Amino acid sequence: MTRSPPDGSALARLQSALDRVGVTDAALQDADTAHLLVDAHRALSVHDVPGVEVQVRRRLLGIAVDVRVQPGAQIANPVHLCFGLSNPFGAQRVRLDVDIGEGASVRFLAHCLFARTRHASHRMRARIQVRRDAQLSIEEGHVHGAAGGIVVTPRARISVGPGARLFSDFSLLQGRVGRLRSDYRVDVAEQGLAELAVRVRGRAEDRIELNDHIRLNGIGARGLVKTRVALTDRAQAVVRSTTEGNAADARGHMDCTEIVKDQAQGESVPVVRVGDPKAQVTHEAAIGTVDQTQLETLMAHGLTPDQAIELVISGMLRPAATEPA
Amino acid sequence: MTDPLLQIRGLRLERAGRRLLDDISLAVGAGEIHALLGGNGCGKTSLAKSVMGCDGYAPDRGEIRFVGQRIDTLPLHERARLGITMAWQEPARFEGVPVREFLTLGHPEADPAERLRRVGLAPWRYLGRMLDKTLSGGERKRVELAAVIALAPRLALLDEPAAGIDLRSLDEIVRVVRELRDAGTAVLLISHREEMGRIADRASQMCGGRIIVSGSPQHVAAQYREHHCVYCDGELTHDTQPA
Ligand SMILES: Nc1ncnc2c1ncn2[C@@H]1O[C@H](COP(=O)(O)OP(=O)(O)OP(=O)(O)O)[C@@H](O)[C@H]1O
Ligand SMILES: [Mg+2]
Repeated sequence: MTRSPPDGSALARLQSALDRVGVTDAALQDADTAHLLVDAHRALSVHDVPGVEVQVRRRLLGIAVDVRVQPGAQIANPVHLCFGLSNPFGAQRVRLDVDIGEGASVRFLAHCLFARTRHASHRMRARIQVRRDAQLSIEEGHVHGAAGGIVVTPRARISVGPGARLFSDFSLLQGRVGRLRSDYRVDVAEQGLAELAVRVRGRAEDRIELNDHIRLNGIGARGLVKTRVALTDRAQAVVRSTTEGNAADARGHMDCTEIVKDQAQGESVPVVRVGDPKAQVTHEAAIGTVDQTQLETLMAHGLTPDQAIELVISGMLRPAATEPA
Repeated sequence: MTDPLLQIRGLRLERAGRRLLDDISLAVGAGEIHALLGGNGCGKTSLAKSVMGCDGYAPDRGEIRFVGQRIDTLPLHERARLGITMAWQEPARFEGVPVREFLTLGHPEADPAERLRRVGLAPWRYLGRMLDKTLSGGERKRVELAAVIALAPRLALLDEPAAGIDLRSLDEIVRVVRELRDAGTAVLLISHREEMGRIADRASQMCGGRIIVSGSPQHVAAQYREHHCVYCDGELTHDTQPA
């Protein structure tokens, strides 16, 4: 079912932002691709496909979105969830409820488009259930403008059922971050897997606070938190990652790299908690300037110092090569 | 001998109160392979880094000329622009940089597949691989060598190109270094291995931060085998002397 846009100009503005992240008009016109396009608290366009049901409700202050994927459904095309603000000022509050039925498999592409935003806030409260043996892959990409006057506060409570798998990749690489405070908590049941990747580039006066918390509660549960942050100018970031190994054979790892330039400041606070002698959680963190040998290698191959730094940083911020199998 | 492309005179390098290089004089002619031999810790890598212009390896004394021009005060990337490049003994790893991109840095028209084949790596298997810790040491060395070929530099400083390369493939590396030279690149070839020394046009032997003998590869190799240092009049020593 498709509802046509009530306001063509808002749609057009969001569409141009979508173009920039590679979502062509065709993807939103495609009958076999589910999507949701939200401007502030208005749904401009909603489309379901068999197996995926997207529902939107206006709330007193905000918008509530329900996405339900039927048990066993194998959804071929990614589900596009686009949240944006076509006005330069405003606030967006989103409640997102996601239920991935048993054995289902789906990929979400979430686009948060604030390219024109000058002064605004985007608050997301998500509750996500990935039921037994299901798989959910979420790629959430933010496109911000140059103004930096935006406050982004995503919070997610995620439950990964027995044998289920969650892959989450959050990126904020285009434009100024402004203020970002993320808060993800994931509970993983037996033989479940949760991988959280965060890739952020901070500039100017950006303030970044990343909180990721994985609780490996079931036997053989696995978790990975991978954080990549590049900071320039006077940007600051605090990365707080916690993994709890609460059951036998639970395996967790946290891996944080922050490249810091100019007067920027980076901080990493890993917390490892193990409540079962047969669980194991490890962490590694590296914060500092760009590695000298890397730079010298690239310069010896013809790059200028600036090009070399840019390649090391952009390489670090690229999504992981490994596709979820 | 052809005109020296690289001319080092009286080079001295001190670090942390130790003299790592002392009174080094060395010439490498255009299009020739000059083998630099010597035991662990005698200063081979330090010399290569000093020529390349790596951070912390600026000489305290002496001069380095490239085609007659003083380069010892130039930053590394400007030396690279003159046509000098280096393959590190332990190549750096890069997260998120695929082999394909690394092999076309600064010259997107190059055919990376062809370069990989020349160093014995199947392109279909490696072009999309990341240059990170998932590549083995030997694979990483080969990619580095492929990148040097792609650059077609005037001078390549190859620091132990055969280190970590399995024995069966050693001939391949030898062939690549020969082909580099035949294509007009001069090579300063740092190696422990005599097989590598044999393809050189000239050779020098280092001991304790000094060059103790230069000459034909046969002459220097014989000296190396005898493990006799004419400078310290004894066993080849790994120690560098205090400054
Ligand atoms: N940056 C540095 N600061 C202090 N000492 C150094 C530095 N770099 C090298 N050295 C020392 O200088 C000596 C020569 O090191 P170098 O790496 O040049 O030896 P090498 O001949 O390349 O040895 P190998 O055959 O093991 O590669 C060693 O004793 C080493 O510990
Ligand atoms: Mg060495």
